Order: sequence, then structure tokens, then C-alpha cells
Amino acid sequence: MPKIKIDGKEYEVEAGQNLLHTCLSLGLDLPYFCWHPEMGSVGACRQCAVTQYANEEDERGRLVMGCMTPVTDGGIYSIGDQSAQDFRSAVIEDLMTNHPHDCPVCEEGGECHLQDMTEMSGHTVRYYEGSKRTHVNQDLGPFINHEMNRCITCYRCVRYYREYAGGTDLAALGRNYQVYFGRQQDGALESEFAGNLVEVCPTGVFTDKTFSGHYARKWDLQTAPSVCNHCAVGCNTTPGERYGALRRVVNRYHGDINGYFLCDRGRFGYEYVNSELRLKRVLGAAEKDLLATTATKDTKVFPEISPQKGVQKLAELLSPDSARQVIGIGSPRATLENNFALRQFVGDENFYLGVSPRAASLMEGCKSLHASPDTRSPTIPDIEAADAVFILGEDVSNTAPRVALALRQSVRNAVLDKARKLKIPTWQDAAVRQLDDGERSPLFIAATEPTRLADVVSGLLVAAPQDLARFGFAVAHTIDPSAPAVTGLSQPQQRAAVQVAEWLMSARNPLLVTGSGCQSEDIIEASRNITRALAKHRAAPVNTCIVQPEANSLGLSLLQPETPTAHQQHLMQVAQLVEENQEAGLGTCLVILENDLFTRIDPHIAERLIRGAKTVVVLDVLLTGTTQRADLIFPASAVVESQGTFVSNEGRAQHFYPVYEGSDYIQESWRWLADAALYFCQHNTEFPPHIEAMANWEHTADVDAALQNAVPGLAGISEIPPDRNFRISGLKVARQTHRYSGRTAMYANLCVAEKKQPVDDDSPLSYSMEGAHSEAPPALASSSWAPGWNSNQSINKFQDEVGGHLRGGESGLRLTLEEAGSDSGWKTEIPNAFAADPEQLLIVPRYCVFGSDELSNEAPGVRELSARAKLLVSSLDADRLDIRNHDRVGLQIRDQDLELDAELCADLPAGMVCLPMGIPGLPHIDLDISAYAGLRLVQRAATAPVSRNPSPDIAPETGGQQ
Amino acid sequence: MKASTPLTKNIGPENIAATIEQYQANGGYAGLKKALSTMQPNDVVETVQAANLRGRGGAGFNTGLKWSFVPRGEGSPATKYLVCNADEMEPGTFKDRLLMERDPHQLIEGMIISAYGIEAVRAYIFIRGEYHLAADRLEHAIEEAYEHGYLGHNICGTKFSLDLYVHRSAGNYICGEETALLNALEGKRANPRAKPPFPQVSGLWGKPTVVNNVETLCNISHIIANGPEWYRGLGKGADAGTKLFGVSGRVKNPGTWELPMGTSIREIIELHAGGMQDGYKLKAFLPGGGSTDFLGPEHLDLPMDYDAIGKAGSRMGTGTMIILDDKTCPIGMVRNLMRFFAKESCGFCTPCRDGLPWVEKILTDIEQGKGSVRELDQLAQQVWNMRPGNTFCALAPGAAEPLQSALKMFRKEFLDHIERGCCPYEAAETRFVGA
Repeated sequence: MPKIKIDGKEYEVEAGQNLLHTCLSLGLDLPYFCWHPEMGSVGACRQCAVTQYANEEDERGRLVMGCMTPVTDGGIYSIGDQSAQDFRSAVIEDLMTNHPHDCPVCEEGGECHLQDMTEMSGHTVRYYEGSKRTHVNQDLGPFINHEMNRCITCYRCVRYYREYAGGTDLAALGRNYQVYFGRQQDGALESEFAGNLVEVCPTGVFTDKTFSGHYARKWDLQTAPSVCNHCAVGCNTTPGERYGALRRVVNRYHGDINGYFLCDRGRFGYEYVNSELRLKRVLGAAEKDLLATTATKDTKVFPEISPQKGVQKLAELLSPDSARQVIGIGSPRATLENNFALRQFVGDENFYLGVSPRAASLMEGCKSLHASPDTRSPTIPDIEAADAVFILGEDVSNTAPRVALALRQSVRNAVLDKARKLKIPTWQDAAVRQLDDGERSPLFIAATEPTRLADVVSGLLVAAPQDLARFGFAVAHTIDPSAPAVTGLSQPQQRAAVQVAEWLMSARNPLLVTGSGCQSEDIIEASRNITRALAKHRAAPVNTCIVQPEANSLGLSLLQPETPTAHQQHLMQVAQLVEENQEAGLGTCLVILENDLFTRIDPHIAERLIRGAKTVVVLDVLLTGTTQRADLIFPASAVVESQGTFVSNEGRAQHFYPVYEGSDYIQESWRWLADAALYFCQHNTEFPPHIEAMANWEHTADVDAALQNAVPGLAGISEIPPDRNFRISGLKVARQTHRYSGRTAMYANLCVAEKKQPVDDDSPLSYSMEGAHSEAPPALASSSWAPGWNSNQSINKFQDEVGGHLRGGESGLRLTLEEAGSDSGWKTEIPNAFAADPEQLLIVPRYCVFGSDELSNEAPGVRELSARAKLLVSSLDADRLDIRNHDRVGLQIRDQDLELDAELCADLPAGMVCLPMGIPGLPHIDLDISAYAGLRLVQRAATAPVSRNPSPDIAPETGGQQ
Repeated sequence: MKASTPLTKNIGPENIAATIEQYQANGGYAGLKKALSTMQPNDVVETVQAANLRGRGGAGFNTGLKWSFVPRGEGSPATKYLVCNADEMEPGTFKDRLLMERDPHQLIEGMIISAYGIEAVRAYIFIRGEYHLAADRLEHAIEEAYEHGYLGHNICGTKFSLDLYVHRSAGNYICGEETALLNALEGKRANPRAKPPFPQVSGLWGKPTVVNNVETLCNISHIIANGPEWYRGLGKGADAGTKLFGVSGRVKNPGTWELPMGTSIREIIELHAGGMQDGYKLKAFLPGGGSTDFLGPEHLDLPMDYDAIGKAGSRMGTGTMIILDDKTCPIGMVRNLMRFFAKESCGFCTPCRDGLPWVEKILTDIEQGKGSVRELDQLAQQVWNMRPGNTFCALAPGAAEPLQSALKMFRKEFLDHIERGCCPYEAAETRFVGA
């Protein structure tokens, strides 16, 4: 390791890095703007100047830019040298000539990198007296504000948006001091990663528009470490609360998962928590006709009942009653703790997964693939390091967006290798990107649509799910001829399969991405063969990213009780049971946990199921279609109000903490069930031991302890969270910053007496500004702060090296899944090829980052963008049916009639359409049984289709001094 | 036939371009035929290196040496490019325009030989957008060259093939910076690139590329035809060859002339440019275009060669002088230059993007008599901020050159403006109106 001297002190440092990275990793303060640990150096801002000396005798030295200077053994540098200080100060003064100094009204204020760096440079007096450049701002959609006058032209936004995230509709426009970062025209930013601009921008040009609606300063937000629940990647987040409302979500660095970036669904989907549909009280339904109104008989009204009364009613379900059966319906969006509590409440044999048969089978398939000795679960950095990727049947941009962002980086490995050969450091970002003359590490996508990664693929196969599976089987056979062969594959597909197999076999870090996105078990089976073949070839497990749709899909499948009826614990089974019970004169009581059955199975079946049940109890966050049909409703806490555990796609169990207490009677679902157990034990003399155990659950840790005893696969999870008695020098970790304002007076409008702070005896965190702050271990640290570093970039101070791992260890526990039963050998059931029928088009599911997630759809911004969801139609079918892009089309699927806008796709084979799933306003279409539909034109698109890049508008650059 | 003014031998008084017939009749394309029939590519590189031809765009780097950095021969990348930098936007410079408008084939022949030397498969002339006449004439000449088999497949019956294109710039001074030019040619923003990699290794579309100035390339055919010794002998002093020198400002006969390297400044101004106009005295001059330091009358006897001008504290640059007379406000002149550079900054790095507009503003204030002494310190600070290495490319350091020398040479004039609260030259009817 090279030894260098900085300001007279000797350090041993990492070879090959740049000086800025090195200084920051050593904990030294050196201001910077354009450099970003994830994006490398370009040398634009000139802020990180240091003095470099030729040798010990050299007393003058020369200025170099830290970010552009590789450290060399024996190098002598000075950050404190007067000329370096003067220059950095001069750069700030130059930047400030056009900055409006509007910090008091700027939403970045208090967490502004520009403020921090300005302070750090020591520049205090500005001599510039001229007028300032002004710009017109743009409407960038529901998520992001634009205030270009604050811009210091560091180019980070476009480097992130275009080069890192692959966006095309944000660019640097104009030149000289009037450079403008914006779109050609007003309009919502197209990238699903645009929200990171808020954190990438070092000042207040791009700020969170959802936050503006209920703004609070960073230091006034109460925060806790949380985990995103809008897909199964498990990105770490820091939600912020004030006055009992959730204000925003920002990224929480995790070196193995999200790093510095989130997707927009995760960042902006939080507003469902503040929604008017939020359940806050215990409600008991009554028949409307009892109230003597004219409403129809089935319509229920929901008078509030006391929580005690509610718990009493819930406890009644525990009394033995041979005339009824109590069924628990779990949920892939509820925590391990809540699902487990329900399972314990109703008994293992009465616990059902709360998903359709197909979904249950896919969950099982994914779990089994996870547990296979042939696979290894990759972290996000592992995905970025892949040098050959095969995506089979998954549109990750929409089902696991953060994975898609990582895949976009993986294709650059070829160029990075080229740079290394030419001895160009990989952090020299502009230089490395310059080397890129089109070569990429292979990324082959086989999916039902081209997907948003199509611009970086080496090969693309768009086909029906069964054909994708066949292609996967063919790849496996090519890798290992003992795997079953596929007959009747077309020549081009055969060639592509050989190519993909070659790529995977010759790669150092091959990666398979698959999942349940096509709702096809065949694809999982084919993936199974590929990993088996490749693992045999490599004599090592294969990195396999298995994508499931919901935050706790994998966790829920681990909770599936090992009963003889396993694999059948799905909603169809419940529906059947309800009917059988009815016929047998038995009543069925359903306890439904955080689940809207109408979005899970055919709405008719859901209807029958609910109608056939004697009692329906729902514990949920929002008023859903199912909640509206319940007899008893308990308000469940949202993730940000909960302590609990999710198991991500990676197989990482992650624990999160409540940011604030839910209002009114909101509490975690398991607490309602435990309350009922307690009530039951208190009012009965005989009770089963598992109910007695539940009655004693007081803390989340108690549930976790019971959980790991009951579920072998979850061993160790009760050790993930630091114990609730964990203290730092006798202190809990404070949720409020040391600068939190107004604590003694913020509720004075309600009562002049100072409100007592809520007490949290369930976790090592306190609802207070008192306690430990920046000393917290990563699992408990929600917001990083260091003296002089108020922005998110203070995370530098908590990493082993900038952009590396958090000191104290990354949080979460990677579970080791054990495969049930022995290796079952090759999967041999190869599906038949898809045969297109011009009259009846196959319906294939299409997932939308905005629109296919139940909870985030209640965030107004997400809902606005979900309206963009379109039916993907093959150009071949469209020509035949005289349908043009953006036309309104109708689909008749069984007895459901749908209308939506069409989007034509030339890559899509004839005979299938991709139907967006979960979109508000569209009925749920159950795709468990293959669905076919006739397609017809309803209405011609009113105007000429708006192209993605409209013709040049007037330049947005206006104003200025001249 | 060995002319003492090879670059302009085909250029007459009339504003017409030499046709290919006229060009050939006067020895044109002989160099190309010689190179293709008797020389290996490496011989071309070595010959040019031996001729000590230095880049005529301003930096003065040995052309043959620059070429030698291109990976050539077996195992080297098959695709390489030659780019002619015809984005002549240096204030006060109009030499390349003459060469392209009047004798386009000289440039074309030079490019074909150069491309042969560096084994390029395609060549581009990146030409300033305003030079539409030159572009039209070049395009016509290129057609002629194709018709005569000097371009296209199997040139002159050899295995060597080359395509040549004219690319009209959308405008921007920064496109004269070779890496910004490459970005512009690729259709990207004209921001300079990080070096390394240098264009010779990874240039246009990531392929090895050489970028040379028009005048540089125009020398090549003559060097090949007549040999490096002949070429070195053309210069009067340390540097080889002839050069187009120009003079603008209040002289009797502003223009551009081909003269031996090392010709004295006095000869250029007094003999060729006819001396100062009546009633005006020479106060100072920028020897090599707008981005060079001022020199004064005491430097008139210096020879125009790279090192001599460098020693005197300026640069030879493009060799085209801008004269400041005694009745023109020097602050106005510098302000005008700074306005140009501030507008032409690409906007990438801070000292240039935000420093130059501030400089312009201070100079405007001072010129209008609203300046203060403190502002002179700010100007000095800005000059320091823009030192080479402090900025991403050479634009700002170049822009700072006339300013830093003006602050030294014209301190009295600056103070005059500040103390009087007005421009002392106002009355004398001659505010500087533009280079």
C-alpha cells in the first residue's frame, strides 16, 4: 500500500485511488461538488484543489484537483496550504456569483451540500455586485421541483440521470454561465429513478415535491431506520415524520443493497400512510337496514367501537366452537411477525398464504430455487459486478427497479476492463465513458416485452411466457447436454440460446435474473435447469437473482406451515373450504391480515369467499375492497409505524423500527392478536399453550423469539435487531436530531402543558432528541450527521471507505435456506410452444413501477403516473385490427370488460397482449387460469400521438445579464 | 520547383479557388504520389518529424511527434481517424480561411498524406460554421479529388483508401480545443475531454485520432515533396518553414502574408502591414491572437518564433497580431476580449464559466468609470484562479493572458479610469469597437 503525506502526517492508503476519495476515506475534510462516490471524477467544479509537492524540498508545490489526481507512493500533499485554501475559497466565490443565497426559503437548507462546502471553504465575504443569471423553471411532474437559479453547474444531475440511470429526457442545455439542466419541454421526468436527483443535486435545484406539500426542516424530522415495502429488494430508507404525519422518505445507505439510490416508487410511494383511506379506529360493521335507511341490504356501515370491545370480539374467535372454523389469511405485504402471530392465533393448519394458487406455487418455486445448492443470492454490488447477465422472464425495471439500476451498471464491466488495460483509473469517469465505443458486458433479456433495459442489451427475445421457458430450457441444454433438450425451437432462437450459454459459461461472474413476473412456473423450472447446468460447469453456485413481487413474499413462503396440505394453502383452498363448511352447516370465520382479496384472485371468487364466511375480521392499514366487506376492522400500523422484519429477494431478513407512533388506535397487527389472546386467557380458565404464549407477547422481540423457534428457516432472526435494552453509554438512540426544534411547544395550540414524549420500550430507540446520535450502529442509524456535514453526504464519515461498507457492519441477516428434500434432478416438463390465435389473444401480465403496487397507488403522485399504464399490443395484431398507438381499446376477458389505451410494440409477437396489473380503476384479472381476450378499437386517439421527444421548443434559457 | 512561399504559391489577388487542374499544374498532388509510391506510412511520420513542423493552431507541438503516438502497424486498431481543425475562431485570426478558400486542394492533399502516415481510414474537416465559402469550395474540391482518384478506394492505384468529409460546426470557440471538437463531431456537447486518454489513443468514437490545424496540414505535401532539409531551411531562425502571419488593427494595410518563421515583428508590422495609420502610434499588440499576452513597442525586433515570443512573456499563438494604438482604450479592448471569452466558455468548469463573466463585468464598470481599486485586486485574483492547471482546459488560461499583461502594462490607464470616474479615451472618439 502506498504511503503518502498529507499536511505533514503520514498515511498508508489504498493504491490507485484518487486523492479526494483517499482524503475523505481518511476522514479528512476536503470540499467537493461534481465528484460522487458512485459516479467518479470529472473535474468540473475545481473545488477539491490541494497542493502537491514534488519532493520534501519543494516548498511551493502546485495546485492539483484532488478528484483528478491519483495517489502515488511517497506523494506529499497539503489540504491546509494557503494557496489551496485560497483557491477553494475563490471557487466558492465564483459559484456564488449566480447563486441566489435564498437558503431561508430553500427546501435544501439545513441539509445542503453547498452550504456545508461553503462553510468548509471558509469563504464568508462575497464581493460580486452584479446582477445574477436567472432561469425559467420547468414542471417536472408530481415528484420533483425545479429551481434552476440555485444551480452551481456541477453536472452531477445529468451525469446521474443520463449516464448512470440511462434517462434521456434531462440534459445540459445552453452554454457558458447560462447552462441549463432541464427537459426540452415541461413534463414529468421519464426515469423511474429521477427521485435520486433530489439527493444527487448538491443544492436546491431538484427538491422533493411531495415533501413541499408538508415541508419541515431536516433537523425537525423524527426518523428511524426503515425498510421500503414497495417491492422485495429491501432498500433501506429513512422516513421522516413531524406532527404525526409522514413527511418524506430518503435513502438510507446500505453497502450491500441500495447504496446511494432508491427508485421513485420507494421514495414517493410513502404518501399512502397519510391517506384519507387510513384506518385509525376499531370499527364494527352493522347491517345498514338495522339503521332503517333505504340503502341496499348488503351495504354495511361501520360504527366505531371501543378497542376493548373489538379485542373482546376477536377473542371470542378463540373459544372452542365445533360449529365454526377460524381461518387466518396471511399476506406477502405484512411482516414476518404479523403473519406469524396470525398463524399462531388460528393454528398452523388454519393458516393460509393469502395468495392465488398460481402465486402460491410460484412462491414455493422461488423459495425452492433460492434453497437450491446450485444458486447463490447476489447482493446489489454482486449484480453490478456481473460480466454476463441473462434475464429470463422478468421485467425488473418494474418489479425490482433497484436491481435494474444495478444491471445497467453491470454492462459497463467490459469498458471498465478496457480502461484497466489502458491504465486509466476506473474513477476517471469521463475518460472511461469516452472509451466506450459500444462494447458491453453481455446482457440478454428474454421477456414478454422489451423492458426499459432494452437500450443496453446485447440480445433480446420477446415472446410468450411458455416460449421464454422453452428458451430457458434450451439454454440449460446448451450448457449441459444432459439437461433435457427442446425440440422445435426456431433457428434464430436456437442460435441465441447457444450465444447466451456461451456468454454465461465464459463469464467470471455470470448472473441469472428470473422471478415470478410472468406468473409462469415453467420459467422457474427452466431457471432451475440453467442454474443446475451452470453450477455444474463452474463447480460453484451461480448468482441467481429471484424476483418476487412483494416486500415479504419470500418471508411469507417461509412461514408456510409444514402440514400435509402444504402447497395448497392458498385462497382457492379457502374458498372451497368456506363452501364445504357451508354445506356441512359449519360457519367459517376469516381473519384477514393486511390483504385485499379482490386484488389477489378472481373478484367473483373473493366475493363468494367473503359472502360465504360467517364473520370477516380484517386487520389492515387502508380501507380496501376487502375491508369494506368486513364485520370487524382493526387499524394496523404501516411499516413506518411498525417494528418488524421483512425477508427480501436476496434472502436477507431486515428489521425496521417505527418512526413514530401511529395515531389513534393504530398498532401492529400482531398486537391486536396478542391482545385478543391475552383477553381470552384472562377470561377463560382453559386455554391452549400457544395462545397462552401469545398472551405473554409484549415486545417484538418476544414474537421474534417464538418465530425462530417455530420456523427453523428463520433461525437467528431474533438476533438481528440490537436488543431493546441496547444502550450507548446508558443512552437509547435518539429518533430526533440534536437540533430538533419546538419540542416543548409544538403542541401548545392544543394544550399549553408540555406533552409527554411517547415512551418506546420495544426498541433501543427513543422518541426524543435525548440519547445517542451519530454513534449508533448502522442497524439503528437513520440519519447521518457529522460536524460540518449536514447533507446526506455526511455518510462519508460512517463508511470504512467512501462508497464502501458502513462501519459497524451492514444490517440484516442473510438467511440460509435449506432445500426440502433431495436434489430432484433436471426439470423435464417442457411446455408446448405458444400458438397464436388471432381471435383470442393471450393475456400476459405487465407490471408497472407506478400502478402495480397496491399501497403506493394511494400516493397521489404515483396514482397520477399510474394513469400512464397502457396495454401493450403487437404491431402485427394492431395492423390487422386497425389499432394505432394511443388508441382506446377494449378487451373482453371472460366476463370482465376492460378499456384502456394501447401502446404498440413491434417486438411483441402476434397473438398476445401485455395487460398492466393492479392499476387503479381497472378490475383485477385473475391470470391463474390462462386468460384470452378479443381486442377491439373503442376510440381513435384524439390527437396525433405525442412522441417521447417532441420537436424542439423554444430554448428555456432566458434572462441573463446581457 | 521549390517556392519560398509554398503555402500561398497558388493564391493570387482574385478571390477564386485554384482548380484541381491549376493545382496539379503547379506541382500539386506530387507529394501524395511520392508518398504513396515510395514511402511507407512510418516514413511519412518520420519525415514530418524531421522537418520540425510545429502545430500552427497555437500550441506549437511537433506534428510528427504527435503522430508518432498513434498506435500503428500490425495489431493496432483498424479504424483510425484524421481530423482537420478548421474551427478558426481565435480573435484576430484569419489565416486558415485564406488557405481553404483559395487553395482547398493543398489542404486535401496534406490530409491524404497525413492520413496515409497515421493509417487513418477516414478524415474530417471540422470547419467553422461561418466559413461557408470555404466549406463550399472544399466540398467542390473534394468531389474533384474523388473524380481524380485521390480519394475513395485504392487511391492512385495503391491499397490505401480514404474518405474525406466536411463537417460544418454549429459554432463555439471551444470547438477549437481538440477534444471538445471531437465531442462536437460526435454530436455531443462541445465540452473538452479528460486527458488521458489522449486522442491519439482514444479519440473520435473511442478510436485513435489525430487532430491538426489547417495550416499545419497544408505544409505536409510540401515537406514530402521537397524533403525535411528544404523545409527546415525555409525558417529564418530556430523554427522551420514558413507561416502565415497577420496583422489587424489601425495599420495601413491589415492582412495576412506568408513569411519565413522567425521574421521580425517590426518587418511584419512596418513592411507588410504598412505601419501604423497616420496619427496613431503603436501602444501594444497581441502577437498571436486574442488569447496571448500583450507585448509592447520594445518587443518589435523580436523574431516571430515560438521560443523567442515565449521568452518575452507571450505566445506566438496563431501568429496573427492585434494592434492596440495609442488612441484606443486598452481597458475597452480587454473588456471586449473578455466578453468574447465569457460567452464562449463551454460552461464546464467553475473558474472559466463563472470567473470570466465577472471579469467582464468589472472591466465594464472600470471602463465606464464606475470601478474601484479593490476591483483591480479582484481581477488579479481571477487571473490567478485561471492559471493553467486550475481550470479544465486551456480556454480560461488563454483568456487570462491579455488580462494579466494588461493589468501590468496598463495599470496607469486602469487607475486613470477609476480616479477620473470616466473613460479618458471617450473624448478621443475611439473606443475599441472589436477585433
